[in-house]
Amino acid sequence: MNPAIEVRNLSKEFTLHTQGGTVLPVFRNLDLTVSPGECVVLGGPSGVGKSTLIRCMYANYRPTGGTIAVRHDGRPADIVSAPPRQVIDVRRRTLGYVSQFLRTIPRVPALDIVAEPLRAVGVEAAEARARAAELLRRLRIPERLFGLPPATFSGGEQQRVNIARGFAHPYPILLLDEPTASLDAANRETVVGLVREALDRGAAIVAILHDQDARDAVATRLFDLSPYSAM
Amino acid sequence: MSAATAPVATGGPETGYNFAYLDEQTKRMIRRTILKAVAIPGYQCPFGGREMPLPYGWGTGGIQVTASVLGADDTLKVIDQGADDTTNAVSIRRFFERTAGVATTERTEEATIIQTRHRIPEAPLREGQVLVYQVPIPEPLRWLEPRETESRKMHALAEYGAMHVRLYEDIAHHGQIATAYDYPVKVNGRYVTAPSPIPKFDNPKMHMNPAIQLFGAGREKRIYAIPPYTRVESLDFEDHPFEVQRWDEVCALCGSSESYLDEVITDDRGGHMFVCSDTYYCAERQAARPAAAAPWSEAGGSAK
Amino acid sequence: MSVDTQADAPLLEVQGLSKRFGAIQACRNISFDLWPGEVIGIVGESGSGKTTLLNCISARLAPDSGRVLYRTRHEGPADLNGMSEPARRMLMRTDWGFVHQDPREGLRMRVSAGANVGERLMALGARHYGNIRAEALDWLGMVEIDQTRVDDMPRTFSGGMLQRLQIARNLVTRPRLVFMDEPTGGLDVSVQARLLDLIRGLVADLGLSAVVVTHDLAVARMLSHRLMVMWRGSVVETGLTDQVLDDPHHPYTQLLVSSVLQP
Repeated sequence: MNPAIEVRNLSKEFTLHTQGGTVLPVFRNLDLTVSPGECVVLGGPSGVGKSTLIRCMYANYRPTGGTIAVRHDGRPADIVSAPPRQVIDVRRRTLGYVSQFLRTIPRVPALDIVAEPLRAVGVEAAEARARAAELLRRLRIPERLFGLPPATFSGGEQQRVNIARGFAHPYPILLLDEPTASLDAANRETVVGLVREALDRGAAIVAILHDQDARDAVATRLFDLSPYSAM
Repeated sequence: MSAATAPVATGGPETGYNFAYLDEQTKRMIRRTILKAVAIPGYQCPFGGREMPLPYGWGTGGIQVTASVLGADDTLKVIDQGADDTTNAVSIRRFFERTAGVATTERTEEATIIQTRHRIPEAPLREGQVLVYQVPIPEPLRWLEPRETESRKMHALAEYGAMHVRLYEDIAHHGQIATAYDYPVKVNGRYVTAPSPIPKFDNPKMHMNPAIQLFGAGREKRIYAIPPYTRVESLDFEDHPFEVQRWDEVCALCGSSESYLDEVITDDRGGHMFVCSDTYYCAERQAARPAAAAPWSEAGGSAK
Repeated sequence: MSVDTQADAPLLEVQGLSKRFGAIQACRNISFDLWPGEVIGIVGESGSGKTTLLNCISARLAPDSGRVLYRTRHEGPADLNGMSEPARRMLMRTDWGFVHQDPREGLRMRVSAGANVGERLMALGARHYGNIRAEALDWLGMVEIDQTRVDDMPRTFSGGMLQRLQIARNLVTRPRLVFMDEPTGGLDVSVQARLLDLIRGLVADLGLSAVVVTHDLAVARMLSHRLMVMWRGSVVETGLTDQVLDDPHHPYTQLLVSSVLQP
């Protein structure tokens, strides 16, 4: 089977010009291949660069070297060197990302924040909202909050809105950065269910999951970053 | 047409001035500008306006144009608000009587040159006549675009959307196009032009007029023209078409229902009547009527 | 925000653009493409050359060297400087919009809100008062201005309303490209948020391309797909907005990002 993601020879270091040009190496010559239907959970001690790797895979961080081929429209696209418009298109249709924090937008209600990824791929407003409402309900967001901008929601509520948004469109690839961090047991269980459903439809998933139960429930493979550490 | 051959009429021209006051060089320059203006209907041509012995606002632009086209055998008529006997009209007429010694008249059909402020005579003009307008503000775009560089460019590129903004504002605030004077026109399908502060009642008379229409703005030093038989359209909207003023009354003196009427206050108890603003037209009609006829104002139009 | 990735050619191509004011090099050899539906943010501090760049690419200022090509609706890419002035001015008031930081520069303060919105339509030959007014009312609604204010003079409007009116005036002809110079500058924070959200919605709904100059990284984050960071007349860093703000590489960008609270 063609891999969904193929990371080759990836290196990342940060140069802090505001601190006298200090160089912070993170990892070096990292290789990782993820196939559809796989859930690779990243491992290694804190600071080994798990979030950095996920952000590189989302093209949020720009690697120092290497390639990240993402299967998009049946062909590998190197997200490191792709022009911005292609990256945007890959993110819109292929690559989902659940970050640790929801970036709220003033005045946009929770329902529309969740529906937006569907709208972006051309789903009708009503249908997109219906799917968004279903997800929010599953994640136990009270109905009365649907119409409100999440800026004033609690941390846990915001994170659940964020998760709903990440799972609204059935992306072929999902990147999850601690999706269960601030959730109670019931909602953790829901997220596990969502991940399983995604795997069942053949999604390739790369996740950071500190919660042992959740990890056991969804991981098909662990990938330890320690061997690639450049510290 | 030249000062050297101008006959010295009895009581006429004062010595010490060139014919029609302006020197020949200046007149030639102004005539060249007029030719250019006639060649580009509605386009404002700058000219080297001279200081005249009367203040701006009293018709210095019109006087310079008149002086430049005036010949010794011309017959001049001067009207102000349609009247031959108002201060401005009388003083301009006297100015040319004294500096050029030309014949003057109040009869529209007799005049070869008619200088006007605020009106076009009611009597139709004919080929060979010249109508000279006194213009205070020649730039129709001025109210919206104070920058001369920009308004010139707008003319050059025929960017006239802004003119309709003005009419839009009228309708928005008054329910109709309330602009009653200096109502903007498009000349020969090209230049948007200020007709000078004539009532919009007179706008249709500009259209395809057999006479030459010359416009002189003294303060702004601009001359523009509408040659004979030129299309002159008043700007409007499809759903608010151009309309001229109408009165329920007729002229109290001559009974005309077709001329532009001024409201005249007759006493301090609210008495008033409507009379023709064109005094010559009105007098002619009164003279043509049987002397015994009752005043129209009292009869209300019906015979006693 | 969605980018029309199907379109196969840029809307605007800037090639090697430079502009100098006396001894000051305001823009140095700047090149970039803007694609249909794309929003580019230009960030940098005052004097970095971002407003000069905006003026050069919007045909308000002639560059000393370099080219700006705009893909016109009917004739394909055209060099702005080679274009006739009438064609350029026509473009500016139909296919383009320009949103000034001070709305008073972009509005006619002496005519009503409705006339401000309707002017471009009249300039394009609309001659039906009722239709022009109906369209003006529509647009007031879209920019969240109470429609009963249609005949009011802009001077009676608040700063936020003025800016929204300016936007309506620009968008009424359905332009494809809108230039914005600090669109939220000078507004209260609460007013800014509403305006930003409105602009964001309109840009997405109408599929507009836009170039937004701002010194406010939060504004850039919210409105633009892509960022160009300018410093002393040069573009020192470009990339997707989140890349530039979350993983800045150039020393100046790092300084810029670290100087603000969580954009």
